[in-house]
Amino acid sequence: MTDENKNKPINKKERMKIPRQKMPEQLPQDRVRNFKEVPYGLTPQLAMEEAKRCLECPKPPCIAGCPVEVNIPAFIKLVAEGDFIGAARKIKETNALPAICGRVCPQEEQCEQVCVLTKKHKSVGIGNLERFVADYEREHGKVEIPKLPPSTGKKIAVVGSGPAGLTVAADLAQMGHKVTIYEALHKPGGVLIYGIPEFRLPKAIVQSEVNYLMQLGVEVKTSYVVGKLDTVDELFEMGFDAIFIGTGAGLPNFMKIEGENFNGIYSANEFLTRSNLMAAYDFPNMDTPIFVGENVAVLGGGNTAMDSVRTSLRLGAKNAYIVYRRSRTEMPARIEEIHHAEQEGVQFMFLTNPIKYIGDENGWVKAMECIKMELGEPDASGRRRPVEIKGSNFVLPVDTVVVAVGNSSNPLIPQTTPGLKTNKWGNIEVDPNTQMSSRPGVFAGGDIVTGGATVILAAGAGKVAARAIHKYVMGIPFDEPKKEEAKPAVR
Amino acid sequence: MFKIIDKKELCENVHQFRIEASHLVQKAKAGQFVILRKDDKGERVPMSIGGLDKNKGLLTVVIQEVGKTSASMNRMKIGESFADVVGPLGIPSHIEKFGHCICIGGGVGIPPIFPIAQALKMAGNRVTTIIGARNKSLLIFEEELSSASDRLLITTDDGSYGTHGFVTTVLQKLITDGEKIDMVIAIGPVPMMKAVVNTTREPKVKTLVSLNPIMVDGTGMCGACRVTVGGKTKFACVDGPDFDGHEVDFDEMTKRMKMYAKYEKVAYEKFLHNDCHLAKQIEEMR
Ligand SMILES: Cc1cc2nc3c(=O)[nH]c(=O)nc-3n(C[C@H](O)[C@H](O)[C@H](O)COP(=O)(O)OP(=O)(O)OC[C@H]3O[C@@H](n4cnc5c(N)ncnc54)[C@H](O)[C@@H]3O)c2cc1C
Ligand SMILES: Cc1cc2nc3c(=O)[nH]c(=O)nc-3n(C[C@H](O)[C@H](O)[C@H](O)COP(=O)(O)OP(=O)(O)OC[C@H]3O[C@@H](n4cnc5c(N)ncnc54)[C@H](O)[C@@H]3O)c2cc1C
Ligand code: SF4
Ligand code: SF4
Ligand code: FES
Repeated sequence: MTDENKNKPINKKERMKIPRQKMPEQLPQDRVRNFKEVPYGLTPQLAMEEAKRCLECPKPPCIAGCPVEVNIPAFIKLVAEGDFIGAARKIKETNALPAICGRVCPQEEQCEQVCVLTKKHKSVGIGNLERFVADYEREHGKVEIPKLPPSTGKKIAVVGSGPAGLTVAADLAQMGHKVTIYEALHKPGGVLIYGIPEFRLPKAIVQSEVNYLMQLGVEVKTSYVVGKLDTVDELFEMGFDAIFIGTGAGLPNFMKIEGENFNGIYSANEFLTRSNLMAAYDFPNMDTPIFVGENVAVLGGGNTAMDSVRTSLRLGAKNAYIVYRRSRTEMPARIEEIHHAEQEGVQFMFLTNPIKYIGDENGWVKAMECIKMELGEPDASGRRRPVEIKGSNFVLPVDTVVVAVGNSSNPLIPQTTPGLKTNKWGNIEVDPNTQMSSRPGVFAGGDIVTGGATVILAAGAGKVAARAIHKYVMGIPFDEPKKEEAKPAVR
Repeated sequence: MFKIIDKKELCENVHQFRIEASHLVQKAKAGQFVILRKDDKGERVPMSIGGLDKNKGLLTVVIQEVGKTSASMNRMKIGESFADVVGPLGIPSHIEKFGHCICIGGGVGIPPIFPIAQALKMAGNRVTTIIGARNKSLLIFEEELSSASDRLLITTDDGSYGTHGFVTTVLQKLITDGEKIDMVIAIGPVPMMKAVVNTTREPKVKTLVSLNPIMVDGTGMCGACRVTVGGKTKFACVDGPDFDGHEVDFDEMTKRMKMYAKYEKVAYEKFLHNDCHLAKQIEEMR
């Protein structure tokens, strides 16, 4: 970018000529030895250059690709003009957590997938820009605490402090309600704190979102297990007018194969919780230990698996494998994470499934018997179902295994809340227009409703719930759902 | 904050704490446990509920020094606070009128037997309690349990107090004598619980044990605490801690509890070293 054409209007053709700006990042050989964030973020120059690529489409398809309908061309235009703070505020009109979503949204399947540039060129780096402006706003101390309306006198309890709970709390506090968050763990943030590693989402960012909530007057009570300390009904007795349940999908699935309780075999939740929440990578400076051997197999192909395998490399694994029963194209992980994992030296074993573990005399896993798979007919999810190839068994020597084959919902709240309807997977059933459950005044959203999904969907559900909770506690009737846009904000 | 109101040494390396936790205390029941965290660097460690003073809102836990965290907790002073006390966790012990119940406690498994014995007695049971220790000086909670039980039997490994032998020596005698026993509940070191279960297997006496595997969150989220019971994997923190002792795979559990032995040793030695170092420094300053 030279000075003379800086302020010149730029036409469509010129815009299309600008290549997608690369975000600088740590070199793979350096970053596998630390837990610092991989990408450094865009510089203001890079961001403005990238912003120029947006064609400001009159009917922008990207907006519809975003589950919370961020006004993408509007914020990008502000970036191009150098008004980064304005851009951040623009995003925050619909998305309360841009610094987080800019980092962890699967943009290539959402906003960026439908960007008009995607067909012929590379899409506009919407996520990178979103991250940039949110970081800029935070780092320059420009996060604005909105003027709060007079108190409504209504009290709302939010159970769980993941993206769903944080969003509900922020929105309701800004409508003048008194919000209290109850969180089972000792730090708020849900998966953002205990699951997603520091090298992908610095914990200081999550902490600053929580601090923001507290500045809005939200009270956060940690180490508070609802259903054990107080039940949902007891919260009502304590004077809450409505309750939002955003407890996530925290129950780890195992594969139920022989030898799964050998030492060295973790659920991804345990592995990541030890490393992230308990900062075990800093043992013995921190008190919680973690074990990582030389040969680590991570089972699964989602973000959780990528996070686990990349964590294991940073903790000293020599060989870190992804063992996934389908092929590369079916992997649900974000493309960027797969790419980063590859660069860092992760070895991918596709179409492979473990069938049993082999242990030593002290009960430690020493190998994993696997079988090769091939793809058969499509299953209910539309993906081709993997089937075993008879006789293709082989043994992989491993001393650490991380099982990352999904989570189910924790039954504690449904079990202790009479009348709360759940489906056959134990997820809470809600009206999608209001997120209200079968119990009047009890709302729910995020993974506890959808099963394991995404940060932005959880946040989007929080937004819908906040609007409905406001109406509920203020005695305003819910709108009649419009037919064709039955669920506009959340896909 | 969870302030330590009262603390005393019960025997070598074992301290009793009474901690301000009024909300938790109102909700907690016999057989449940809590998770403590000392400070911001601290590990989450599970401890059984050794008493509930509902009037004063005080929680009793008894901590035995076995490694770094327990050692540093036992060095906390009255007036200091734990960063976190989470709970009540786990399913409360199943209390009903069984008839004659035998409560067995060993080591730091003795304190949690106390609220259970109390509850069983309240429910109209006849309660015989057997507690054991290596020697007389290590025996704790004798007074509490004698008040909570119809009959208190004591054993020491070296014969310095009570019956010479193990808790199972006394239990076996009761069985051989033909006493009618409707239910046994045992809490203590794994070898002790295993021995109790082996004693009651043949005569087919219903036996509950309270398991203490390694835990992290204590809410069913991590699976660190998995144990095999009746051939199925269970999470001790949410499915237990009480299980049918005859179904528990104690050998697997013993191995699983050694998962971090290597690291624990490093941390403990580093801690003791610093502790000595500090003591020396303080000594020199005087
Ligand atoms: C390792 C990992 C990586 C991921 N990576 C991505 C990614 O890159 N991009 C993306 O979009 N999504 C990702 N996801 C998915 C995303 O994190 C979740 O969809 C999202 O966090 C769900 O939000 P939530 O608010 O519903 O619940 P959660 O974030 O799960 O938070 C629920 C909170 O409720 C608390 N809680 C539970 N029960 C109780 C109770 N009884 N009382 C009090 N508190 C309770 C829990 O402790 C937890 O803090 C990832 C998930 C994992 C596990
Ligand atoms: C339900 C339950 C109730 C318990 N009640 C008591 C009690 O009332 N009094 C008491 O003194 N101890 C109790 N324990 C054991 C206590 O949690 C451990 O002794 C303590 O965590 C050891 O920590 P450390 O750092 O001092 O020792 P470390 O050096 O870390 O470990 C020593 C040994 O303690 C066990 N251990 C280590 N970490 C954990 C962990 N996170 N969770 C469980 N066990 C662990 C392991 O077997 C280990 O080999 C209980 C455990 C459970 C699960
Ligand atoms: S919130 Fe996510 S999907 Fe929406 S615009 Fe931002 S990065 Fe794209
Ligand atoms: S679709 Fe792409 S080019 Fe068009 S407005 Fe959206 S981001 Fe800009
Ligand atoms: S301690 Fe994590 S599931 Fe039991």
